[in-house]
Amino acid sequence: MEVTLRVNGTVHPVEVEPRRLLSDVLRHGLGLTGTHVGCEHGVCGCCTVLVDGEPARSCLMLAVTADGADIRTVEGLAAPGGELHPLQEAFRRHHGLQCGFCTPGFLMTALPIYREAEHMGDDELREALGGQLCRCTGYVGIVAAVRAAAAIERERGG
Amino acid sequence: MKPAPFAYHRPRSREEVDRLLAELGAEAKLLAGGQSLIPILNMRLAAPAHVVDLNFLEDEPAQPVARDGAVAFGPLVRMSAAERSPLVAERLPLLAAALPHVAHPAIRSRGTVTGSIAHADPAAELPAVMAVLEGEASVRGARGARTVPARDLFVAHLETSLEPDEWIDEVRLPAHERGAFEEFARRRGDYALCGVAAVPGALAFVGMGPVPIRLGPDDLGRLEPEDDIHATARYRLWLAERLARRAQESL
Repeated sequence: MEVTLRVNGTVHPVEVEPRRLLSDVLRHGLGLTGTHVGCEHGVCGCCTVLVDGEPARSCLMLAVTADGADIRTVEGLAAPGGELHPLQEAFRRHHGLQCGFCTPGFLMTALPIYREAEHMGDDELREALGGQLCRCTGYVGIVAAVRAAAAIERERGG
Repeated sequence: MKPAPFAYHRPRSREEVDRLLAELGAEAKLLAGGQSLIPILNMRLAAPAHVVDLNFLEDEPAQPVARDGAVAFGPLVRMSAAERSPLVAERLPLLAAALPHVAHPAIRSRGTVTGSIAHADPAAELPAVMAVLEGEASVRGARGARTVPARDLFVAHLETSLEPDEWIDEVRLPAHERGAFEEFARRRGDYALCGVAAVPGALAFVGMGPVPIRLGPDDLGRLEPEDDIHATARYRLWLAERLARRAQESL
């Protein structure tokens, strides 16, 4: 069936089979391969995107259910000229990634909360990020990066 | 890890859902938040011929509402909305305590309160909340509507007393003054090995049987959990005693 996905501000009319997952339509239908697919049953968090401003597992949502929704993926973070989003810059500075497979999911999970993150306690921030698995970093760099992003934004005068 | 093909239905009203279920019956699965159903479809543990997507119902409340000494949850009230609801914080302290234990924020942003209860997973938190509070489900279908109290709702593992042409369009949880929730999971957000929802005078256990087990505080001897790959029955009983004590102490 024909659905309309609004992804990073661009409206895409796409023809999808009802059983297609949002993650697969983003990757294979729209070529937005920044959204990674790990476990495909909601555990790893790599496929997390924003749906109407809230983080959601794109592997646990049918694309037909996302019809008309406002979706943001990792491709929408950096500026058109290539300048990294403050959150991405923070991950680079604080070694918040190694292999990078989980990174899109972490970035999209952190996006709605990074401005409050610098004032969150460790437990609260780890709870907010706790649905994402990373096999490389041990998480310390990731937590530090999310907490540092708002300051980077201020440095830039953003 | 992809769902098998199905016919997709997008009803716009509760009456249209009634008609679809009257026609399709047990061949159909209702999709609300999808946070339990879609994994099951992805793993092909189920391959329903029809999926009825409730997400396009019109004029459905996104927030819980107060009703007759209870708080009512329509079929599309997300867990994240319940978590942020001042009404839940004020009148349903047990639900407020239990929600943060349900998976993770990105799951609760889609998953619904009513859907979790309708799914009737005895390892999930919200059926135990429903059981201990003696909440009720508003059940409807083309043949009419009825109210099912929690004690008659949960029949077996993932099974409710609903007929194949019925569905739950609202769950009502009675307002209460005090409530506490405790659970133990190997990793935060995983299904708990054991959990307990507590209000003064009653407990309901998660993961201790085929349905949520509601007991008086002195009746823990009646618990009969089974061994499984995750934990022995003995270990679950050990957890149940300690979690029950901790929950009651924090009431």
